[in-house]
Amino acid sequence: MAEMVAQGEKPEILFWVGCAGSYDERAQRITKAFAKILNHVAIKFAVLGTEESCTGDPAKRAGNEFLFQMQAMTNIQVLDGYEIKKIVTACPHCFNTIKNEYPGLGGNYEVIHHTQLIQDLINEGKLKAEGGEFKGKKITFHDPCYLGRGNDVYEAPRRALEVLDADLVEMKRCKSNGLCCGAGGAQMFKEPEKGKKDINVERMEDVLEAKAEIVATGCPFCMTMINDGVKHFEKEQEIQVLDIAEITAKVNGL
Amino acid sequence: MIAQLIFMLAFGLAVVFFTIQVKKIIRNINLGKDLHRKDQPAKRWAVMAKVALGQSKMVVRPVAGIMHIFVYVGFVIINLEVLEIIIDGIFGTHRIFSFLGGFYSFLIASFEILALLVLVGVFVFLARRLVLGLKRFSGVEMTNWPKSDAIYILIIEVLLMSAFLTMNAADYKLQLLGYGHYVLAGSFPVSQFLVNLLPADASNLVMIERSCWWFHIIGILAFLNYLPISKHFHIILAFPNTWFSNLNPKGQFNNMESVNNEVKAMLDPSFLPPPADTNSKFGAKDVKDLNWVQLMNAYTCTECGRCTSVCPANITGKLLSPRKIMMDTRDRLDEYGKGVAKQGKDFDDGKSLLDNYVSREEIWACTSCNACVEACPIAIDPLSIIMDLRRYAVMEESNVTASLNAMFSNVENNGAPWKYSPADRLNWAKEDS
Repeated sequence: MAEMVAQGEKPEILFWVGCAGSYDERAQRITKAFAKILNHVAIKFAVLGTEESCTGDPAKRAGNEFLFQMQAMTNIQVLDGYEIKKIVTACPHCFNTIKNEYPGLGGNYEVIHHTQLIQDLINEGKLKAEGGEFKGKKITFHDPCYLGRGNDVYEAPRRALEVLDADLVEMKRCKSNGLCCGAGGAQMFKEPEKGKKDINVERMEDVLEAKAEIVATGCPFCMTMINDGVKHFEKEQEIQVLDIAEITAKVNGL
Repeated sequence: MIAQLIFMLAFGLAVVFFTIQVKKIIRNINLGKDLHRKDQPAKRWAVMAKVALGQSKMVVRPVAGIMHIFVYVGFVIINLEVLEIIIDGIFGTHRIFSFLGGFYSFLIASFEILALLVLVGVFVFLARRLVLGLKRFSGVEMTNWPKSDAIYILIIEVLLMSAFLTMNAADYKLQLLGYGHYVLAGSFPVSQFLVNLLPADASNLVMIERSCWWFHIIGILAFLNYLPISKHFHIILAFPNTWFSNLNPKGQFNNMESVNNEVKAMLDPSFLPPPADTNSKFGAKDVKDLNWVQLMNAYTCTECGRCTSVCPANITGKLLSPRKIMMDTRDRLDEYGKGVAKQGKDFDDGKSLLDNYVSREEIWACTSCNACVEACPIAIDPLSIIMDLRRYAVMEESNVTASLNAMFSNVENNGAPWKYSPADRLNWAKEDS
């Protein structure tokens, strides 16, 4: 972003990468796939790079409103400093926080989730709507809580799958009735409380019941949890977990 | 004449006692903090019409939803009949509205069919609780009282509907006999089948008709006074509760204004925060720290357990149950409200919602996934209470697990929940994939 400004240019959209997308090895691949899509369709985008900082979501959900607001106010200063108007992110937690909770603190931006941008690009014909290697594969979509129930985005990610000519199956708990992967509410950063099983194992049973070969999702945390679920059942050979951005990048030969 | 006096006395007492009880509940709800929820009135009326009046979220589960609509519509509409009963009771008349003729027959016939549907619904509900033993109706919070409460309500409904139909049958038989003031009025598509079960002589029939009439109306008045101590109070509070529900996206949590003032002061030394209320805390330890909508939520809960049945924590065997959060809030508010009524605002019994009712283990098991909020048929929000309890634990007590503390310090120091250097944030772009 700083470089773009130095060159006197302005991005059409800011890609908010998020902490998982920046540091988590698996999520970095989502970030790369989405960046490739943006380049492919020649959208002029920027990232904040080292100036990006946690949105404060995990702090807020864990009850630390101070830390959340400190993060939020600082981020808003950076975003406003670059006169950012439109933000896209591949993380439903960042998406929800910036879209819904920053306005009350003075940060007003048009915020979209990457699956929404991908949906638009497919509808506009800018991305190929073909199945490629996914044709005929049994694919299911796991709704991230902060995308689905949190913000009522259910159709955008499904649109990206519908064009694949694949065998789309819904799990018994889907859309507004979708089961959490177990990572939200800052659970990602702590051990679960005592119980009879882990939530991602419970969710993985839905995947197995649907007999899906590919679990698509749109959240780096869901990605981690479901991948762990796949490992728990030793299904690494049979079941792949992919982000909508990765699937879209693949069918577009990126 | 004596009958009229007894009726008026019973009716008057029932209304007075009901008002006293409702006032106590309103007083308790008002112990909560202010919350402005009157924006977008048009949308609020629409939500109330759809969710409470229209039962839109009930039918997400079709069996329970449709049976509930039978009972709900039946109860609301049959209560029109109560208007006639009250007028008859006060003036000593009999079927005062019968001059409506054909329309009256239509009304009575509809009431009868609805009464039958109510009975069907109620028997299905009884079977689900007593025979099928649905998992959703059990759980740690479903102790003796909540379980009995549900059964009492269903039994009362069976009795009221049976009395109503028996009364009609006796009345109809007397009409056919042309006895006394029992003029031909109404149409009895259901109770006509009961006619043959009743005795043939008029004096017995009159006794049955009168007993059922009295049982029906006294039963309704008693039931009215049972509502405020029962989960059945939802039949009233469902309406305001949906009207005042949260209209924002569910993912959006409120930004705490008290915190905002302090953060502004930290970031901008010239900012002067307004004087803080010395009694207010960050987050909630007890019911008085919650807002009034959260407290109304607690009184609205009818303990159906749809929230708990979709809670990922509960499903996987953790202690957390969103229904328990609501029931605990209500029970503590009852206790706290009684104390305040006796000893005034400074009432302190050394107990609190957090710890004495809701444990730390429960609040930390929540994934904030909003499944409970989505599942509630009448817009109750257990998640907001869990969040306020967490806020108290974190901001007032710094009482969190080491791993969450580590996450906080990472966010604070590195700008990420993990221990990575901000300088490495762009590394993903450097390496070749």
